[in-house]
Amino acid sequence: MSETKLIGNVSRRTILKGSAATTGAALIGGTFPMHFIKNAHAQTFRGDPGSAASVKLGFNVPQTGPYADEGADELRAYQLAVKHINGEGDGGMLNTMKPLELKGNGILGKKVEFVTGDTQTKSDAARASAKRMIEKDNVAMVTGGSSSGVAIAVQGLCQEMGVIFMAGLTHSNDTTGKDKKRYGFRHFFNAYMSGQAIAPVLLDEYGNERRAYHLTADYTWGWTQEESIKAATENIGWETVNTVRTPVGAGDFSQYITPVLNSGADVLILNHYGKDMVNSLTQAVQFGLRDKQVNGKNFEIVVPLYSRLMAQGAGEAAKGILGTTNWHWSLTDAGSQAFVKSFGQEYGFPPSQAAHTCYVQTLLYANACEMAGTFAPWEVIKQLEGFEFDGAGNGPTLYRAEDHQCFKDVLVVRGKENPQSNFDLLEVVKNVPRAQVEYPADMFGGELGPYQV
Amino acid sequence: MSNTKIVSPKKDMIFMAILSAVVLTMPLWLQPFGAAYPDLMQKFMIFGIFAIGYNILFGLTGYLSFGHAAFLGVGSYTAVWSFKLLSMNVIPALIFGTVLSGLFALAIGFVSLRRSGIYFSILTLAFAQMSYNLAYSVLTPITNGETGLQLEQADPRVLDRMSGIVADGSLPTPNLFGIEGIGYSGFYICAALMLISFFIYLRIFRSPFGLKLRAIKSNQNRMGYTGFSTRPYLMTAFVISGMYAGLAGSLLAVTDPLAGAERMQWTASGEVVLITILGGVGTLIGPLLGAGIIKYFENIFSAFNDTVLLNAFSFLPDWLAHPVASLVGLFVGEGWHLTLGLVFMLIVIFLPGGIMEGISRLSRLVTNRGKSDSHENKEKEQTSAGEV
Amino acid sequence: MDAIFLQILNGLDKGGAYALIALGLTLVFGTLGVVNFAHGAIFMMGAFCAVTLEKLLTLSVKVKDESVTFFDAYKETPYLELWFGDTGTAIIDWSVPLSIILAIPVMLLIGIVMERFLIRHFYKRPHAEQILVTFGLAIVLQEVVKAAFGANPIPQGAPDIVSGSAAVGALFGLGEAVVYPWWRLIYLAFSLMTIGLVFSFLHFTTYGMVVRAGMADRETVELLGINIERRFTIVFGIAAVVAGLAGVMYTPVLPPDYHLGMDFLVLSFVVVVVGGMGSLPGAVAAGFLLGILQSFSSMTEVKDIFPGIDQIIIYLVAVVILLTRPRGLMGRRGVMES
Repeated sequence: MSETKLIGNVSRRTILKGSAATTGAALIGGTFPMHFIKNAHAQTFRGDPGSAASVKLGFNVPQTGPYADEGADELRAYQLAVKHINGEGDGGMLNTMKPLELKGNGILGKKVEFVTGDTQTKSDAARASAKRMIEKDNVAMVTGGSSSGVAIAVQGLCQEMGVIFMAGLTHSNDTTGKDKKRYGFRHFFNAYMSGQAIAPVLLDEYGNERRAYHLTADYTWGWTQEESIKAATENIGWETVNTVRTPVGAGDFSQYITPVLNSGADVLILNHYGKDMVNSLTQAVQFGLRDKQVNGKNFEIVVPLYSRLMAQGAGEAAKGILGTTNWHWSLTDAGSQAFVKSFGQEYGFPPSQAAHTCYVQTLLYANACEMAGTFAPWEVIKQLEGFEFDGAGNGPTLYRAEDHQCFKDVLVVRGKENPQSNFDLLEVVKNVPRAQVEYPADMFGGELGPYQV
Repeated sequence: MSNTKIVSPKKDMIFMAILSAVVLTMPLWLQPFGAAYPDLMQKFMIFGIFAIGYNILFGLTGYLSFGHAAFLGVGSYTAVWSFKLLSMNVIPALIFGTVLSGLFALAIGFVSLRRSGIYFSILTLAFAQMSYNLAYSVLTPITNGETGLQLEQADPRVLDRMSGIVADGSLPTPNLFGIEGIGYSGFYICAALMLISFFIYLRIFRSPFGLKLRAIKSNQNRMGYTGFSTRPYLMTAFVISGMYAGLAGSLLAVTDPLAGAERMQWTASGEVVLITILGGVGTLIGPLLGAGIIKYFENIFSAFNDTVLLNAFSFLPDWLAHPVASLVGLFVGEGWHLTLGLVFMLIVIFLPGGIMEGISRLSRLVTNRGKSDSHENKEKEQTSAGEV
Repeated sequence: MDAIFLQILNGLDKGGAYALIALGLTLVFGTLGVVNFAHGAIFMMGAFCAVTLEKLLTLSVKVKDESVTFFDAYKETPYLELWFGDTGTAIIDWSVPLSIILAIPVMLLIGIVMERFLIRHFYKRPHAEQILVTFGLAIVLQEVVKAAFGANPIPQGAPDIVSGSAAVGALFGLGEAVVYPWWRLIYLAFSLMTIGLVFSFLHFTTYGMVVRAGMADRETVELLGINIERRFTIVFGIAAVVAGLAGVMYTPVLPPDYHLGMDFLVLSFVVVVVGGMGSLPGAVAAGFLLGILQSFSSMTEVKDIFPGIDQIIIYLVAVVILLTRPRGLMGRRGVMES
């Protein structure tokens, strides 16, 4: 069969399916220990635990670099999820998520084990680490990450390798837009949703006659957020005075902040994340922006993507600043409560939004395998696509089949002026219903690719 | 050290044969170390090429470049573009990647080699950082910025299409006439190229050209006084090492068709300096060892976590296992950088000649040849002082 | 006009920070001939002196917040506030300036220990080895800080009284709207003062003169029976103190995290080399020059003409200067060239 195909179609599957693979091996005279031919038969796939008593998952999080704390929290959540799936601990969201077929005996009766790796928040390192998990540890699923660049890079790899990737914290529209993949799934919300969620609140709080000035981290995520927020605020009648790109890791932003002072703008929008956001917000407040009156209005600062760890890093400067977040520990629905309870009792402090999304992603994957009755990724993908569930902390949620993006409620939060305790840094201003942040699946383009690779 | 002595070509061929055997059997003997998976072995080969190329410049001439990551990056970007525009065959990708990096090195070398010492280092650093910063931001149309340049279904792949090769369904994989760039076959492609590169590198070491480079290192002024123009030689060494870096960069793209900007960051340039020094600057095989050790650390040590550690220490009584595991945990997993830093310090303090010096000390200890030992020691000190 | 004035201030402020870091680096190089890649880490340790003092001052009585179930959340009241009331609050408010008192002895000690136990053994070793061992040390120091304080930035506030902005515009006839944060003005003044102190120490004290003589011709000074080694140890300590204080005072501008040193490492080397290795006035001049150019290159008007210029300006300037002036702005012949 390979002869005919070789002429017209040299793709790796056809080559490998036939005798060409062995010819290739003979050509370079090597031996292939553990030689692995992907999908040589329809039934085999990477990460297949086979008859083993356990199945392995790969947790690929930043352990060094600026997001190390976020990564550590993600890892805690993963370990908790594994415990709960294996039937240890109090079960957490296993008791609240519906529908759910997990029985607390692992996945498909196999005990869940895991391997960890360090993404270093670099695409190269993240892919190397994911490859180790896939090639050496034979994981059935890879998950994690704390930035969009890494998520997109690892997602692309997982598509090529045929292993499911459950994205951690990634907020760029591209992850489930232009760069979406059949094997990649995102529970976290995105920049477009942030814009749709926060715009009505901005209208309520600051009125419709505002002039906005954007400072934007000069890379892909920053640009998609700037675009989304700009569109959403212009929709409520705001004018965009200027959009300025700032180098990543600029440290001191004073040279970008002073031009804001006399630009005639009365709102500063910081499209920064992590350390950049902590620094630019701290310095913007230091330059007295929040004490300013422009056009007869109080000057305001908005941080579209917010997290508790960043609010903690910015300290006093974060007080009163509006932004959006995927989830917050103070939510009182049953799912959030169950998760905060397990996490709090295990580690002594509340989980971050990154921890929440990672925990839910793991349960969703496990449940999809259970529903599919197999670990074969193409079957699991079909279960995840269009899956509707509730009780995971964000209300009724849909994993949209067309782009693998979760649609759920989004929180608009504000840095708390008078915290009651050391963890009480954000207050939920509004729980924006899912309907308000939905968008057509083809809006950002992209191709999912095939089920079987 | 052996490279300063005159070695017969026959000995070199035996050396090459042994090296080839060791490299090609890696999938077998790396098994017990948990390192016998394709991606890591590919990295050993690729960073080996990068490091031996770097050693041609730094080891032979003593010029410390802090910008070699830029050539690695250019090689990767070029290779991915070659996959996108021309063909998934690795040959054009490797050729274009190497040549373009060479040209880039020619341009940067032309400017940077006007200065020496730390001024040269900072010039190369400046060029590399400029490349990185631009690739990350304003050059995004070419580099795809933070996300990295990736293959797409709709890429033109002109040559492939002309010869009637169409990618169905999923993305095509880089291949050498059907031999895939990923997995074990990818490792053998890398290994073959590494051995070829190493052979050329060996010839350079042994050649009169290599001798002149060493002369530049030991005393550039004296070279100048004898009416010898050093610039063309330095330039050639710089471009060759840039091409080695470009080849390594294109191989990174062959084994994993994604090119990210971080590859060009100063930390990546720093890594190859560390690899070379760790292995032994100016020694033949040292840089290869250095590359292996650093990559092994990065991939294996960072993968330890609490559960793994607790399992490892499960033979201890419970009250002891936990504290021991958490103590060790400081040095692995999220603390693996700490181990890396300590290793650098210890090696430089106690083994300034890198691992190669450690090995030769060990072998002397084993053979222990009495009087001749101290004599050789002296000689050795002299060479290593000149080398580093 | 207002914009340009503010950018000059930004540049001076940045330049002050760059100059302070570069000053210690070049001092160590000029006297000891050591290329110290751990200098950024020393800057970071200084910043963490401020963090440590703040943590100590805000040691608190923890009252459990009963409204939070599942984990223990506390409402914290610092002991100082309980014991001394408003005086206690004021002390906490002033924790960053107070950290200077803590940082001077601590950084001096760190510097001396580093010199005695590590750097000393590397005086005669090649620069490449100095770079590697100090780079290793930098990684170790930052990982230790990470293990102790986490990876997240830790905010440090300037005292309330100087956390507002000064109407500097009025002084220069530019109108009331031109304001600049007090703390940044203080930082600028502080860096100028520190630079002045270091220069006067080297030029107007006998001790400093001997050190300078040692920089110029070490052997002769030693022949005169002066223990130059001990003086150099002190010089290393002073360099650490200068970098440490730069770190302490920078915390309200940049919430410190463990990686702070690495972020400034490359930049400080560029500053030193542009200034000329081993030249103190060169480092200061280069610091201010690069700071001001960086500020101006970030203006929209400039970026519209040269997209991305703010990303590369520092390196571009370094290249231009090194090509036109072979040894940086004020470098001496023969230093670090072989």
